Amino acid sequence: MTAEPLLEVTDLVRHYPAGKGLLGMGSSKGVVKAVDGVTFAIGPGETFGLVGESGCGKTTIAKLILRIEPPTSGRIMFDGRDVARLTGKELLAYRRSVQAVFQDPFGSLSPRMRVADIVGEILEIHTSMTPAAIATRVGEVLDLVGLRPDQARLFPHEFSGGQRQRIAIARALAADARMLVLDEAVSALDVSIRAQVITLLEQLQADLGVSYLYIGHDLATVSHLADRVGVMYLGRLCEVGDSVTVSTDPRHPYTQALFASALPHLPDDADAAREVAVPVTGEVPSALNPPSGCRFHPRCPLAEARCSAEEPVLVQVDEAHHAACHLLPLTVGRR
Amino acid sequence: MTGDVLLDVQDLETEYRAFGGSRVIKAVDGVSFTLEAGQTIGLVGESGCGKTTTCLSIMRLLPAGARVTGGRVLLEGRDLAQLSDREMQHVRGNEIGMILQDPMASLNPLFTLYDQVREPAYHHRGLRGGALRERVLSLLGSVRIPSPEVRMREYPHQMSGGMRQRIAGAIALSAAPKVIIADEPTTSLDVTIQAQYLDLLKSLQRDTGVGLIFVTHDLGIVAKMCDDVMVMYAGRTVEHGPVRQVFGQARHPYADALLRSVPKMGSKEPLFRIDGQPPNLADLPPGCAFEPRCPHAITECAQAVPPLLEVGPGHTSACIRSVELAAAGAAAPGADGGEA
Repeated sequence: MTAEPLLEVTDLVRHYPAGKGLLGMGSSKGVVKAVDGVTFAIGPGETFGLVGESGCGKTTIAKLILRIEPPTSGRIMFDGRDVARLTGKELLAYRRSVQAVFQDPFGSLSPRMRVADIVGEILEIHTSMTPAAIATRVGEVLDLVGLRPDQARLFPHEFSGGQRQRIAIARALAADARMLVLDEAVSALDVSIRAQVITLLEQLQADLGVSYLYIGHDLATVSHLADRVGVMYLGRLCEVGDSVTVSTDPRHPYTQALFASALPHLPDDADAAREVAVPVTGEVPSALNPPSGCRFHPRCPLAEARCSAEEPVLVQVDEAHHAACHLLPLTVGRR
Repeated sequence: MTGDVLLDVQDLETEYRAFGGSRVIKAVDGVSFTLEAGQTIGLVGESGCGKTTTCLSIMRLLPAGARVTGGRVLLEGRDLAQLSDREMQHVRGNEIGMILQDPMASLNPLFTLYDQVREPAYHHRGLRGGALRERVLSLLGSVRIPSPEVRMREYPHQMSGGMRQRIAGAIALSAAPKVIIADEPTTSLDVTIQAQYLDLLKSLQRDTGVGLIFVTHDLGIVAKMCDDVMVMYAGRTVEHGPVRQVFGQARHPYADALLRSVPKMGSKEPLFRIDGQPPNLADLPPGCAFEPRCPHAITECAQAVPPLLEVGPGHTSACIRSVELAAAGAAAPGADGGEA
């Protein structure tokens, strides 16, 4: 990791009160522990990937970082400042620096605005640029993401899905963002278009030095895009490390199961995967009253008594590779 | 693996008419394939390539404004187009089952699982009373629904996404069909649940010998599940053959580029990028539909639609340069895609 992290998340927790039933009547059912003690850091120009299945809390982390919601506890530091304490101009500057690109390019762009206004709006809010200067800048960023500057006068419906995602990226980058939160940003795109957008993101990072938090469920895409990756299960990180290391030498039984479940690249890989596949049965339990001890223990093929009693913490298994499992020595080379 | 030919699709053509027939869109243009008992064929391609329309044409479930304009669909030798609506209704669910992408939309929220799973067995197989109950219980058991006696009295909203999709699978199997068409059945499922579901489908196929048509945009699913693969582009088949051959050495530049544009686990190799967009079906180029995006295109490519040429045993490719490119190694995996 680089010396000074750009974003540092420490012991982040977000609990939601569970529904009290219709119209708030009835007794409370407890809390949903969506994010429950997550720590990681992202350096300048680095891509950190968060993977995990539905409900593991990865999107909640994005919301907390974007300050759409306040954390229950824990701290988010951006460029040395506590994000929770930002107000006024400092908060505005933070919002300018950290921008988001969402999954659905059909839902994230206003259908009633022209591309020039969609991309230009952020400059109107955050800068004192003249309309002419804004128009020039819009042309520049459209060119940067591979669209033609003259397409600025069109409406979103006149673009394909991949082009719309380019517009969303242009909007995020227009005011010199330093970090993009990419929540499943390529999941809705077709295979050939997805490759175009992934390549574009890689190139923009190389040119601009912007950091990415990439959130996704497609393991191959995350491991391709990210320098380091964190694997989440029920609100906690169970493994963090260099993305190539984690995908080729996973140590946590959940990560092993997750990568063994990933689809093969070639038919021959399918046969190979079948032999070493870690049997994982059942489904992800509810984050409302998650299992005691290690949250994965009810589904874990290796679980023993300790796993249901004591919650494992992340320990170093290798240089820049951490996993949270009581049985770590047993898990080497299980994949 | 080899069995009797169950389904024989010959030169299928389907058109959509828009704006009162003033615009005709050929969504499927000359698609042919056969499916044997116990075989799995994957139909792959990007949005709008005609893979779903091909399936809807087979099932005679096309929306208003669309119609089959050519070709034949034979189910064990019977031409499905010749059947009356009533006879066709007997084919659907009974002889050809379907599993759709979104189990929340394909299950009725107002009926219990029992009512929904029993329906095909009740109508098509004529099962009643204890036999029907037994059938439903065994189906729910075969798709690994825990405590089926209790669960069958519950409603879809009480199930998880993976369970709902397994219920959809149980319904498709209810009347013991010969063919199941699965249209993106795992797109809405999580990775570990998807793996469980695909393994389940495979084991059900081993037990019943059902022929599977898998419609997907995910090449990983094809690698895992299919014997044969048909790659479609702009309504036409561009490459068709055994999965191992196509994935080992794709012979059509589009199929090859598609395979190489997928990120590989744990690999930082730059992705192969196909520039441009898929063509507008209402305004296809006169020649090969992929020609405007193809790195290997030559003048002849733009002049006529290339025919499917045999490039190996049971392996066809619709590229006039297939043989030449394979010889030059240009379309082989690992090559840089550029050409001299």
